[in-house]
Amino acid sequence: MIKLNLKRTPLHALQLAQNAKMVDFAGWEMPIEFAGIISEHKQVRSAAGLFDVSHMGEILISGPQAENMVQRLVTSDVKAAKNLQVTYTLMCNESGGVVDDLLVYKYTPTKFLLVVNAANAAKDLEWIKQHQLPDCEVVDLSEQYALLAIQGPKAEAILQPLCSDDLSRLKLFHFLPESSVAGEPALISRTGYTGEHGFEIYMAPQVAAHVWQELFRQGGADIAPIGLGARDTLRFEAKLPLYGQELGPDITPLEAGLAWFVNMDKSDFIGQAALRKQLSTGLKRQQVEFEMQGRGIPRTGYPVQKDGREIGYVTTGYYAPSLDKNIGLALIESAYAHPGQMIDIMVRNRSIPARIGKGLFYVPAYRRKKNKK
Amino acid sequence: MDLPKNLRYTKTHEWVRLEGQRAYIGLTDFAQKELGDIVFVELPDLDAELAAGEQLGVVESVKAVADINSPLSGQVVEINEALEDSPELVNENAYDNWIAVLKLADLSEYDSLLTVEAYQKHIEG
Repeated sequence: MIKLNLKRTPLHALQLAQNAKMVDFAGWEMPIEFAGIISEHKQVRSAAGLFDVSHMGEILISGPQAENMVQRLVTSDVKAAKNLQVTYTLMCNESGGVVDDLLVYKYTPTKFLLVVNAANAAKDLEWIKQHQLPDCEVVDLSEQYALLAIQGPKAEAILQPLCSDDLSRLKLFHFLPESSVAGEPALISRTGYTGEHGFEIYMAPQVAAHVWQELFRQGGADIAPIGLGARDTLRFEAKLPLYGQELGPDITPLEAGLAWFVNMDKSDFIGQAALRKQLSTGLKRQQVEFEMQGRGIPRTGYPVQKDGREIGYVTTGYYAPSLDKNIGLALIESAYAHPGQMIDIMVRNRSIPARIGKGLFYVPAYRRKKNKK
Repeated sequence: MDLPKNLRYTKTHEWVRLEGQRAYIGLTDFAQKELGDIVFVELPDLDAELAAGEQLGVVESVKAVADINSPLSGQVVEINEALEDSPELVNENAYDNWIAVLKLADLSEYDSLLTVEAYQKHIEG
């Protein structure tokens, strides 16, 4: 077999020592699992987990016109965002399909950091440069950042003693641009991709190993390394979309159920006209949640049928470890996209009944009502 | 890795334990480790007649789907229904938790299966 030249994060050697099983992911050699996907998944839900997501791309847009440039690139209103706020948003193409989903870190109206999917980083950079405004600088900072995510109910208690700032004052989807962890300079945001409370820590690659080790020392038995396998089951169970599955160049954010992240009233953005048209003519297909009624696990790409006719496909499906049920997300014809509707999932050419529902997924910790137990 | 000497094996990671004309069939310890947490087992129909190489069942881990091929020809005379509710038993002990029992049509097929030494060589590649 041809040995591909896979990139490695600065934590590669430490992870091998922690029994990581490595896989090729978007050109990176990344840990898929350590102790096992289910135990890692439950570790994050019950205590804390540490993820190495250094493969993510970071692109800096700065200059007097930076805000106008970002505003045109993404579907959210970044002008309305406050300084030091993080916005989850999407970049669309002219036909309303998704180029990528991303986080936008707004330092000031003249400085934005865009954090994009590893698999899309090169394409995104090209797209962004194509839509560059005069007086704006676009710099790919991906090589200059390692990125760790500490997630779970105990994440804050573990991170706080190592951090120079009072984390209790850091609000959800906000960031500290010049903080530190274990004495190393770091940008810290209260963000994540698991449905749990947690933080993402951006730092220079040279200090990442030290931070990684100090977080394990501080967390003791309450923290464990988590691979991309559990990252995917955790994000799925919390109904967070994954580019390439729930999102893609031919799927609009409206079809994917992400209308909340599309501001149709703001100034012109790429794809807005197409999305407006889609709204006025009605969606032909929509994302739904479903739960299997017969024995079988839904998987990405499995066809969805109704009365023997194909009406869509599964975008992601899993055995959901914390919910202990087989659930999925599917993109199907709108006529069938309502709770209670029975559909058939084609599992190895056999139809297994499933029921479309609402609220089948894990409610993220940060969205639960505080007084509700 | 656990590799009992009294069993025979296949290149596709099934094991066989012969008791008279009855062959117990399961998934090897190597395979369960490669797959990771097993969350679903699909068993064959009782009484089904299978030829060697035909699909006997399916195991699914969190991330992967794998066919279990029948190493031998015969009739399914027993299935391990406990695996339907507790598929993780295959992870806990791959050799105690057989998938199905075949009544063999032709005992000579058994001799063509891999010995423990040959299987070990196969997985060490």
